[in-house]
Amino acid sequence: MTTDQSALPSPAPGNFAGRRARRRAMAVGGFLITLFLTFLGLLAITFFIGRVIPIDPVLAVVGDRATQAQYDAAKIAMGLDRPLYEQFFTYVVNVFSGDLGRSVSTGRAVADDLSRFFPATFEMATLGILIGVALGVPLGVTAAARQGSWLDQAIRVVGLLGYSVPAFWLGLVGLALFYARLRWVGGPGRLDIFYDGLVSPVTGMILIDSLLAGEIDIFWNAVWHIILPASVLGFFSLAYIARMTRSFMLDQLSQEFVTTARVKGVPEQVVIWRHAFNPIRVPLITVIGLSYAGLLEGSVMIETVFSWPGIGNYLTTALLNADMNAVLGSTLVIGAVFIVINKVSDVLYRVLDPRAR
Amino acid sequence: MSTPLLEVENLRVSFPTHSGRVEVVKGLSFTLGRERLGIVGESGSGKSMTGRSILKLIRKPGEVTADKLRFEGIDILDQNEKQMRAIRGARISMVMQDPKFSLNPVMTVGEQIAEALVTHQKLGRKEVQQRILDMLTAVRINDPERVAKLYPHEVSGGMGQRIMIAMMLIPEPELLIADEPTSALDVSVQAQVLDIIDDLVTRKGMGLILISHDLALVSRYCDRILVMNAGRVVEECAARELDKAQHPYTRGLLAAMPVIDETRDELPVLDRTQWAGT
Amino acid sequence: MTTRDWLLADSPTSRWQANAGRAYRVFTALLRNPLSVLGGVIILVLLLTALFAPWIAPFSPTGQSLADRLLPPSGEHWMGTDELGRDIFSRVVWGSQITLTIVLLVALISAPLGLLIGAISGYFGGWVDKILMGFTDIFLSLPKLILALAFVAALGPGINNAIIAIAITSWPAYARIARAETLTIRNAEYISAVQLAGAGPIRVIVQHILPLCTSSMIIRVTLDMAGVILTAAGLGFIGLGAQPPLPEWGAMISRGRTFILDQWWVATMPGFAIIIVSLGFCFLGDGLRDVLDPKSEGKS
Repeated sequence: MTTDQSALPSPAPGNFAGRRARRRAMAVGGFLITLFLTFLGLLAITFFIGRVIPIDPVLAVVGDRATQAQYDAAKIAMGLDRPLYEQFFTYVVNVFSGDLGRSVSTGRAVADDLSRFFPATFEMATLGILIGVALGVPLGVTAAARQGSWLDQAIRVVGLLGYSVPAFWLGLVGLALFYARLRWVGGPGRLDIFYDGLVSPVTGMILIDSLLAGEIDIFWNAVWHIILPASVLGFFSLAYIARMTRSFMLDQLSQEFVTTARVKGVPEQVVIWRHAFNPIRVPLITVIGLSYAGLLEGSVMIETVFSWPGIGNYLTTALLNADMNAVLGSTLVIGAVFIVINKVSDVLYRVLDPRAR
Repeated sequence: MSTPLLEVENLRVSFPTHSGRVEVVKGLSFTLGRERLGIVGESGSGKSMTGRSILKLIRKPGEVTADKLRFEGIDILDQNEKQMRAIRGARISMVMQDPKFSLNPVMTVGEQIAEALVTHQKLGRKEVQQRILDMLTAVRINDPERVAKLYPHEVSGGMGQRIMIAMMLIPEPELLIADEPTSALDVSVQAQVLDIIDDLVTRKGMGLILISHDLALVSRYCDRILVMNAGRVVEECAARELDKAQHPYTRGLLAAMPVIDETRDELPVLDRTQWAGT
Repeated sequence: MTTRDWLLADSPTSRWQANAGRAYRVFTALLRNPLSVLGGVIILVLLLTALFAPWIAPFSPTGQSLADRLLPPSGEHWMGTDELGRDIFSRVVWGSQITLTIVLLVALISAPLGLLIGAISGYFGGWVDKILMGFTDIFLSLPKLILALAFVAALGPGINNAIIAIAITSWPAYARIARAETLTIRNAEYISAVQLAGAGPIRVIVQHILPLCTSSMIIRVTLDMAGVILTAAGLGFIGLGAQPPLPEWGAMISRGRTFILDQWWVATMPGFAIIIVSLGFCFLGDGLRDVLDPKSEGKS
């Protein structure tokens, strides 16, 4: 028999494309629904933390220095005289319309505060993930390609250190060594004091704003300051990314199609990068996404150490002042970004992998 | 015939385990001309390792030694990685067991076949394209343009294996090793795939080593047969004289084969005591 | 018959003998892996330090001596002294009790909770499963540390609340594992046999399903302990965990922050304790995984 009897039954081309599109639309729909439900869950949890756990939620919001009049006004404003489900509904509506309440310590709307503090965190975490990916992926690939070598062992140790070194401690040690002793990097803060406030915020990210303003000196000063905290964050994402890359690569290198490539006489570098690495690019996106989300979380600790004016610092200050609206607002924003990154990398996986199409 | 295509003398392959090195091939010798040689044995008899050691593809910590392992007079064990790459694919090629695993899942069929070709020959894009389509036609794929654009998970097992054959034969090697090329396929397409291999090998005057556990199949497609058991050759004979085989293992295998018009109620089980310790 | 023969018997005569034999086999397999031995030794040292802290620590963990403020490490004060003249080594030794308490309590609260939720979800399936797992997934997709911070903020600072907050945020991973295991076991023939013999769901879950989830649970809990230690130290660092003068390692680092530029040892030394103990749990967890679940080697 010489016909293509063994090929897949080939459907009419239009039909095939249509089915693919419909499946993708379903995937996107399902994605939006889970995203919404997860976000609702997050709201339920923050609502629970803010209104149910504290014995006196009013006190938690206004603080114990409030007068009786302030207290009563807050109680009515919070709608605490109404039933719980109604309170929750109001809460959800408020959050979706951008109202996160007022911060007791700054006296401003929490939503405004957060939008001012977010860019600094975003800038640091993004630089951190760039460092983590740029170093972690090649290290993981090399470790797998030379399994058992000293380099492989060293990368394994780095990977485990990523799980056992406290981020805030690493930041402190980094400051003591690279700033106080060696003077290689700038100290806490985003800029030296005499540069502060010279650049008007456009994006809120100092590296970009200084370039936009054409202030090269300020740009380099900002680099000088951001490099240490971003490297500390980068270390943790490097450790995680290298560990996962190594494990994915080992899995691929033991696959039959890698042997096939070797049988064809393909050079080893091509075997490693084209045949073993290419198939793991998609799962790596998920890993990088998770790591990025993890860095947002890690920045809470790091920002305290480096006096970095980001969400993490805002959150810890609020925590110490028992400023509940600010705490819950920050939790909500970090949580939402976390969820979105998580779910988007999940969806990317399904869209990009030819096997999952 | 001046020099044989392949000369193997006292080939040994070993792997370390908790209790010392274990040899999976224990002193294998044979020579191969431009003919079709079958290597038969049950799983674990070392036949696949033989195929891979000819390509020097046994990865560490596995170890290959031999008194002689020559391909057209070239000492394989003496070649470095770079020299081996010039041999692999271009001069000796191998078709592997299961196309589901041996084809790269994220490269299209066409890309994978093209890679086999351009690794060894500098050709223009159009020429590469034409060669791929010709090769796919040669393995009896009807609409090569469409198939070349598919991913491996979009084709069936039988077609996957034909793609594999196309990929391995496109640089026109002198020796093809087929390692259980049909055992992962449906019975209905097994013969078709073997016919294609047989046809192309004969037409291009190549050498073929067909590795299989299926004695009947090997005897049908090969000129000569080696029967392996536990890392050693226990029988070597011409395929058409298989019924005159002497070794109890071979006889046992033959006896265990069902025949049409069978009258036996039960097929005999191999009695391993007869050759144990050989 | 030697004890070893009894332990390795092919056909144990009692459930107790079978369990002991299995434990023995796991133990000997662990001994072959140097890193897991190192991990085990570290955890053993942690246990002993916590138990015998009063005898090991040369000074009182809270006794102040203003004359000895901020002394660098020396023969007398191995890790130096802090801003109140307290011996840092003694405080690190006493701190091991706090770390151990946190780790144990978190494991004792979150693992059984996760196990139970997962087993119920997997055993009953249907709507129960959908609701419980939906809940679990929401928790899983939220940042753990931030959530723990928010919980502590609402509950009020302190070590007990820190433990509760960490436990609340760590059960979902266990529920997922327990559910997956339960699903594979649920339809096994011997479970049907037990059901036919009239056993109710509670009995099936508690006696026949939960015991089979334990090995994957032990692996996961051990691996997670490093994260628990880091989170607890983080809460202490921010000032929401253990309160002064408790010698909690994270809180100690926080105190040392002020002096990091000149008296580096105050903040650095407790950090080493955290790293070593966390690494110990990582090593042991990796080793346990290789022994109990060889298939998943190198993953995650």
